[in-house]
Amino acid sequence: MKILADILGSTILFGVPLLLVALGGMFAERSGVINLALEGIMIIGALFGCLFLRNANLTGWGEAHPQLAMLTAILLAGFVGALFSLLLSVAAINLKANQTISGTALNQFAPAFAVVFSWAIQGRGQTTINIPSWIRITTANFGIAPSADPGFWETFLFKSFYLTTPVALVLFTASCVILYKTRLGLRLRACGEHPQAAASVGVNVYKMRFIGTTISGFLGGIGGLAFTIAAGSSFQSTVAGYGFLALAVMIFGNWKPVSIFFAANFFAFFKVISSYSSNIPFLPKFENIKSSSYIYQCIPYVVTMLVLIFTSKRSQAPLAEGQPYDKAQR
Amino acid sequence: MKKSSFRNNPALAGLLASFTAIFLGLAFGFIMLVVFNPSFAGAGIVKILTKGLSSKEKFAKVLYQAAPLMMTGLSVGFAMKTGLFNIGGSGQYLIGTFCALMFGVVFKLPWYLSLLAAMLGGAFWGIFPGLFKALFNVNEVITAIMFNWIGLFLVNLTFSNTPTVLANYYGASVADRTANIEAANPSAVIPKLGMDKLFNSSYMNISFFVAMLVAAVVYIIIDKTVFGYELKACGFNQKASIYAGINAKMNVVISMMIAGALAGLGGGIYYLCGTAQYTIEKVLPAMGFNGIPVALLANSNPIGIIFSALFISYIQVGGEALQPEYAKEIVDIIIACIIYLSALSVLMNGFITGLLKKKDNQEEAKEEAPLEETR
Repeated sequence: MKILADILGSTILFGVPLLLVALGGMFAERSGVINLALEGIMIIGALFGCLFLRNANLTGWGEAHPQLAMLTAILLAGFVGALFSLLLSVAAINLKANQTISGTALNQFAPAFAVVFSWAIQGRGQTTINIPSWIRITTANFGIAPSADPGFWETFLFKSFYLTTPVALVLFTASCVILYKTRLGLRLRACGEHPQAAASVGVNVYKMRFIGTTISGFLGGIGGLAFTIAAGSSFQSTVAGYGFLALAVMIFGNWKPVSIFFAANFFAFFKVISSYSSNIPFLPKFENIKSSSYIYQCIPYVVTMLVLIFTSKRSQAPLAEGQPYDKAQR
Repeated sequence: MKKSSFRNNPALAGLLASFTAIFLGLAFGFIMLVVFNPSFAGAGIVKILTKGLSSKEKFAKVLYQAAPLMMTGLSVGFAMKTGLFNIGGSGQYLIGTFCALMFGVVFKLPWYLSLLAAMLGGAFWGIFPGLFKALFNVNEVITAIMFNWIGLFLVNLTFSNTPTVLANYYGASVADRTANIEAANPSAVIPKLGMDKLFNSSYMNISFFVAMLVAAVVYIIIDKTVFGYELKACGFNQKASIYAGINAKMNVVISMMIAGALAGLGGGIYYLCGTAQYTIEKVLPAMGFNGIPVALLANSNPIGIIFSALFISYIQVGGEALQPEYAKEIVDIIIACIIYLSALSVLMNGFITGLLKKKDNQEEAKEEAPLEETR
């Protein structure tokens, strides 16, 4: 039972970054911009979030107010991510550049910048930024004494609980409301389907796409920090391809927030299963095969592929995604 | 009149745009050097710009790294001509590596057959994105990304379970990498033809020339054959090409297959040099992704890719010499900057065409330069 709690807890931990980044991708694509730069945005967000946590730890302020520091780091990561995504917006929206190429440029820039920057800040050759351990939310934060033998609920809730999880839930709810229940959401979606039609009724397509991409940068930056926290205790200038996986999750979730929520957790679940495979009693162990963990590491990707094969016939990508908006066109 | 037509040549504007991008990228890199460590900035930029030519050994290193870069660049560029974005270069490169090493080290075949196996392996891995797109409407970018990781884990799994491919079978103490090919099967090492002595570097072999030959072949396929014409037609306007009787779905599959073969060959020529051993780890090879900037900088032109691969390899060798004053990744920042600027090629081309025209057309009253996408 405890292993189940462990798996479910970790699924949420790894599902959170996928959810946030995929939602970010969704906002950009629903407004008509393909945001291939999510990987880079995640790295930049994680870089500044982790640097802030590191400095908060050095001054001692962080340990005194751990969750306040964490919240600031999250907001900072989001803010920097949004700022970084402006580079994509300017190129792809105003200057009508190829969105794939400018996205690739940002992806190339981010990890290199992260290495150079953390090298410059921390001194020669030190490119790993350690994340302080006080950011984890424990039972003590709720005034519960930690038990010697944590049961199902305690393991599930508190083994790996960070502020990013509740923040992600709030952002997820907000995303659903913004996309479907507000004027902004309606206009945003119109710009992704038929920008000329939207423009004809007075919607500023450039502005809408700017907003879409900036939201995606904000969510991507937070997602980067959330991933780094989930993946370990340090930031090493990489998010291990999660930005691209999030794009897969977004397509898997058919560009719809609720479906993306399930898609993210589905993928995260298989990902976690693969890393816990040796501890799960009923899974085959492949004892004759060396390094058999690679078999399980394949599974999330194979399963996603299979699901996509069966669901993509009905896939509904935004019609105008990837096409620069040209006022003169009809 | 003749002069004017020369100045109106869109290829010239494209070339000038690329050079402007490179210049601005290097300028940005210099600013980065100044910001992060002002006292070494001057020496740093000189290192980036000259290290690759400072000695025969360094130049051999430039050629050595340029060869696989050129192959992955050709892979990305070829797919782009058909309107596809091949982000699966890493996976195809890996499968190519896998096949080359299996055939070269385990089955003891000579280098040219191993390279052929690498091509076939890469082509096989390239089939999936195109096929799934054609059959099931799965987004090819996603399939390629998924197959990068599936390829990585399968390759690692198979290598781990093939004792005869690992280094420790041939006397080395480590088991986490593949064998030194010189020790395992000397006939699988790509021939050096004495150039290693000429350049005084074990990095030197014929792989760069093989890559150049492939670039020429790709150029002929794209520009001089009906097949290439059909591929480009699909890239420009798929619906129009279907209307003209071209089997667009088939072309998508074949184009990705060829792109895969090119990337696979890249993996083969890198790991059959005799100087590199594949290490079993959970990271996708960067070479696959680095093909993207190579192709973009050259505007997907196969001949241009020869030069852009050389250039990127050249400043990477320069970047390695920057340590320990700076992280060598400064060079990647420069490359990123160049790609970003070349993404603005429409704008830059228009601007440059405008400048060139202005000089010409003082007598002709034409004002607006046509903003042409040369891609």
